[in-house]
Amino acid sequence: MMDQPSMRELVEAVRDFIEQRVMAELRGHTAFHARVAANALSIVARELSSGGPSVEAERARLKGLLGHDGTLIDLNRELCVRIREGKIGLETKGFAEHLTITTRDKVGIDQPSYSGLKRLLADGG
Amino acid sequence: MIDFLPALEHALRRVLPQLHSIEAMNRLSGGASQETWSFDAVCEGGVIPLILRRSPGGQPRVTGETSTSVPLETEAVAIEASRAAGVKAPRVRHVLKEDDGIGQGYVMDRLRGETIARKILRDKEFDAVRPRLARQCGEILARIHAVTVTPELRALLPVVDGPTQLRRYRDIYDLYNYPHPVFEMALKWLEPRMAGAKRQTLVHGDFRHGNLLISPDGVEAALDWELVHIGDPLEDIGWICTNSWRFGVQEKVVGGFGDLPDLLAGYREAGGAQVSEEEARTWIVYGSLKWGIMCMSMYQGFVRDHSVERAAIGRRSSETEVDLINLIIRGKI
Repeated sequence: MMDQPSMRELVEAVRDFIEQRVMAELRGHTAFHARVAANALSIVARELSSGGPSVEAERARLKGLLGHDGTLIDLNRELCVRIREGKIGLETKGFAEHLTITTRDKVGIDQPSYSGLKRLLADGG
Repeated sequence: MIDFLPALEHALRRVLPQLHSIEAMNRLSGGASQETWSFDAVCEGGVIPLILRRSPGGQPRVTGETSTSVPLETEAVAIEASRAAGVKAPRVRHVLKEDDGIGQGYVMDRLRGETIARKILRDKEFDAVRPRLARQCGEILARIHAVTVTPELRALLPVVDGPTQLRRYRDIYDLYNYPHPVFEMALKWLEPRMAGAKRQTLVHGDFRHGNLLISPDGVEAALDWELVHIGDPLEDIGWICTNSWRFGVQEKVVGGFGDLPDLLAGYREAGGAQVSEEEARTWIVYGSLKWGIMCMSMYQGFVRDHSVERAAIGRRSSETEVDLINLIIRGKI
């Protein structure tokens, strides 16, 4: 077991340093890229704190759709092949729900304030 | 000192015999292969504000993996053909010739207006005009799509209809070899809906914020004709309505400033075809899918150059996935 601070706390400390100290000293394009860098660290912090449980749930749903277990990447690749071949589609039970939940969880990490996510959640997604 | 200034003055004297001098030369944007400059032509009797778009000599425009850019000279031909058909676009004053010695490109009028979405959608000075913009966009698109495609234009422009576009993006997506079940679902959904393309017209190809010059009086011009082609006119209607170009104002379907029925009414009144919301939805789905795959291509660029900006845009493909779910599964434009 690693000591404190946690990974998430370390990442957040670097992000806050960029936002609160570094950006004030920068101008133009470099200042813009510093903001982009801080936002990227926010993605990392969110993924570190919420990635685990939703990844397991995604795998369980994929297992249900495909009928067997595997690694997350392999299961997603197989799902793609089956969609392309027309063997799994929007008429398949649980498929639309799987895409909706998986995407909701992804955008929640990547861009929680995105307008499309707000709409999905407002519609009970 | 800008090294090509004397050559530019010499070239411009062909079309502006009263030219005294070039002032206020200012680089606006561009990478290694393409530049945009703003400058004033000081002439007897007044100052003409101008823009130069050029590729420096010997460096043809670098085209992206996902695009079908035309050469700058072709851009100029398409702009002039569109202007002749009543489209608002900057007047092209001079297409650079080889013996001008400044590379490829053209000089056009510099019009007043704003292209930054954030200002157009939020600044008070645009409050009054904002509700009229969707209709104006519809009118401009109708005129672009009515441009007579002469044999000369047809020889210059790529023909990229719906099924061809879809195949191209499928190929690019396949090349990146990373699974996106939502993109697979969208590709499958689009295939039958895009089969048998109905109409082929001139298509602007990138009609969205950033390329629309807007003043408090309305849309002043359609800019950046780099992706002009022959294709399905619905492509332009779908692209301006893609959520990625609404900049957070999702309920205003057209560019975050207007409503789809207004756009379609303006389109119809200016001589465009009757377009249903369902047809528009199909092409909005295409717009989201296209931008999503372009985000994937940013990751490919990041692998090469480690740009933090490209890395961040790579993670934005999930935004287009949530849009595709709202559009396809929830049926919401």
